Amino acid sequence: MGPGRGTGGEADQPAVPAHPAIPSTPPGATEPADRSRRAAGLAGEPASGRVPGAPGGNANEAAHGDALLSLVHVAKAFGAVQAIADGSIELYAGEAHALVGENGAGKSTLVKILAGVHQPDSGTLLIDGRPATLHGPAAARDAGIAVIYQEPTLFPDLTVAENIFMGRQPLRAGRRIDTRAMRARAAELFGRLGVPLDPARICRGLSIADQQIVEIGKALSLNARVIVMDEPTAALSALEVARLFDVVRALRAAGSAVLFISHRLEEVFEICQRVTVMRDGRQVLSSELAGLTADDLVRAMVGRDMPDRSAGEQSSPGQLVLSVQHLTREGVFTDISFGVRAGEIVAFAGLVGSGRSEVARAIFGIDRYDAGSVTVAGRRLRRGSPAGAMAAGVGLVPEDRRQQGLVMDMSIQQNMTLASLGRLQHAGLISAAAERAFATDWATRLRLKYGRLTDPVARLSGGNQQKVVLGKWLGRRPALLIVDEPTRGIDINTKAEVHRLLAQLAADGVAILMISSELPEVLHVSDRILVMREGRLTAEYARADASEEMIMTAATGQIQAQAS
Amino acid sequence: MSATATQRRDPAPPPPDPGSRRLTERVFRVRESGILAVLVVFVAITTAIQPRFLDTQNIQFVLINTTVFALLALGETMVVVSRNVDLSIGSVLGLSAYLSTRLFSQVHGIPVPAVFAVGLAIGLACGVANGLMVSLGRVPSLVVTLATLYIIRGIDILIVGGNEVVAQSLPNAFANIPQDTVLGVPDLAIVIAAVVALGAYYLRSFRSGRELYAIGSNPDAARLAGIPVGKRIFTAFAVSGALAGLAGVLWAAEYQTIDSTAGTGYELLVVSAVVVGGVAIFGGSGTAIGAAIGALLLAAINSALNVLGIAPFWDQAIAGFLLLLAITLDRVISLRLVAALRVRSSRRAG
Repeated sequence: MGPGRGTGGEADQPAVPAHPAIPSTPPGATEPADRSRRAAGLAGEPASGRVPGAPGGNANEAAHGDALLSLVHVAKAFGAVQAIADGSIELYAGEAHALVGENGAGKSTLVKILAGVHQPDSGTLLIDGRPATLHGPAAARDAGIAVIYQEPTLFPDLTVAENIFMGRQPLRAGRRIDTRAMRARAAELFGRLGVPLDPARICRGLSIADQQIVEIGKALSLNARVIVMDEPTAALSALEVARLFDVVRALRAAGSAVLFISHRLEEVFEICQRVTVMRDGRQVLSSELAGLTADDLVRAMVGRDMPDRSAGEQSSPGQLVLSVQHLTREGVFTDISFGVRAGEIVAFAGLVGSGRSEVARAIFGIDRYDAGSVTVAGRRLRRGSPAGAMAAGVGLVPEDRRQQGLVMDMSIQQNMTLASLGRLQHAGLISAAAERAFATDWATRLRLKYGRLTDPVARLSGGNQQKVVLGKWLGRRPALLIVDEPTRGIDINTKAEVHRLLAQLAADGVAILMISSELPEVLHVSDRILVMREGRLTAEYARADASEEMIMTAATGQIQAQAS
Repeated sequence: MSATATQRRDPAPPPPDPGSRRLTERVFRVRESGILAVLVVFVAITTAIQPRFLDTQNIQFVLINTTVFALLALGETMVVVSRNVDLSIGSVLGLSAYLSTRLFSQVHGIPVPAVFAVGLAIGLACGVANGLMVSLGRVPSLVVTLATLYIIRGIDILIVGGNEVVAQSLPNAFANIPQDTVLGVPDLAIVIAAVVALGAYYLRSFRSGRELYAIGSNPDAARLAGIPVGKRIFTAFAVSGALAGLAGVLWAAEYQTIDSTAGTGYELLVVSAVVVGGVAIFGGSGTAIGAAIGALLLAAINSALNVLGIAPFWDQAIAGFLLLLAITLDRVISLRLVAALRVRSSRRAG
């Protein structure tokens, strides 16, 4: 098979073929002293505590010497957004290492650094203890790092074997591709992984799980030593997850390191030996999993200072504006019932992919639903009709403002008036003067920072673009405004302005449904919090009663923590 | 990875389910066999109505007619498989046909192979221009080659004006090329069949050939896999141009009167032949053999209308109809295929 690669067929055999780099250290066997220190650190620094520095990152390195791969105090910023402030992680041969953290904690950026897609601004990447730089995906691949994304990109028209060996097909005389050898090798790889996949079939029609297996096969054929799986189980059935875990065990047994990223903590405990927790772009915990509980992890993930709650922004809710009853869309969300009153801000919390945006889209009529009803101000909305929703006074500020919220090539003015053209036209023609007055009015109210209203909206910063989207809907004086991740990718100052705007709207009697993955924002802005998990509403809290732990617990399904 | 190659004890690779493998391979071939079946049925029906259709002379005529199209289809296949299209080939053919054969009257005693070389070089130059604009300039090939379709035709008209190369100016060694036969089969058809077979073999069995399919199947994944996408696409256009140049010289030998309209409209006929022959219009699958059979079918239809005494106007209408049929079939087959493969996957998983 892959030249010189040890076998991994004996999945149930825990023995690990020693990797030359770490001759005697069993996987995850941190030194006792180190372990106790960490455990103490965890216990001694409860939820509120910001762990000073990266806890013992240096001590850990010193104790271990050679990790297969380690990131040491790396930082990465995108413009004003500090995606990773201080990220450290060490991966040892034969271990499955979990990387967990809230949305936006910096996990994806860390993965992309390992994949060679991004280069860190500072900090070091060590491979076999030696500093290394990954200039691109090809360099990462050559360094033995393979990344399996949630939805792999394969060549659908080519065979499974060709997908694995593209560009590296085994050759016979005359530099011709040796198809038979290629298929045999692919079959051998799948045999090693214990998965029956036909190397001669084309990839079109493979399930996501099988596509991941093809990618893992490719990683094996490249002799990858570090295999990063970015939320691999998100789209898998229980059976497929079990099979994937067998594969992970086989990889470990063969001496690879697996970095396993998942929001499902029960999976983390099932398959991983060590864990690294990130929060706000920092490593806050890195330790063995043995001895930790799910509560410990959740606490480490959210344990940050609580944001101030300005009591002045509290509003007294009025009449019921939105009423959602038993809304169901097969396979997406099930039996969702809730209401939003005038002057109330209701937050939709939960993990990415839990179905929050989908519910919002169904309410607004973009997607159809299979059962249930949506009523706005006493009028039942027709399903699948955004025009009907708009007529009833619903506005939607979508998650992806560049793709769905704005027409990037059109001017600020044109974008702002897009949803209100009916009111600005006379005899079928849009009055330029009315359009201008309308846009100027809203730009002032929103404190928009712009050059000229005729500038293309693409020239504005992310925060100001978001204000334009808000202005577009506010111009219609909506009864219900749905905002999906209203402050994603926006700098802190503009963020505060958006929050102030939402509070002001609520005070004016608008009902607001806000989807947000940022817990501080949820706790700061909303009056009531609904939590979704895997397509269902799992919890509802008044703001005064909610904590980040409670929300995180309801969102990840660690029910036992609710008792505490 | 770990240098210690421990003893392998794990079971032999899972024997792929024989039934399923047969299914995949059958589907792989179905497009070519489908077009072959259509060809056989068509020939049978036409012969039943007018037996003259299978006269040796008419068969030779059809085969010679096919050669130019098959050559063009080979180049077009390489381009289409990579999710591009070359619309300039008709114009390239015209330019090459005139410029190369004019040499017979300009340079006395010029050897025939030299004329072929000149035609090939002219085509290659055009193909290189196309390839550079598509791969370096990142302009969609549809736009680039639509532009060069008109530009090259314009240059052709500028050069040719009202002139034409006439049959009398062509040496016999050249003019007789289409007439030479071995055991009743035109030499030319044998040579072109060999060229097409070589091209098909290259596409199937060499890394750079397979990479064209990979690019057409998923361009982003191709880049991630480290395939030199720009280089491969450039090469495909260069080859397509060179083959169109060569086809121009053949066209001249066949028709022997070359004015500025030579090859007008061929690009769409060739794209039709390629798609009818089972090459997916959005790239990723199909073979040069299939494309050549597609060319043969179009030539056969053309001849049949002639033999049956139907107005040649129907020629293009039928070509269009076939194209529509082929693309619809292609769509239906791939949808069915996906459904069948899904069912198989789930059965296996379950």
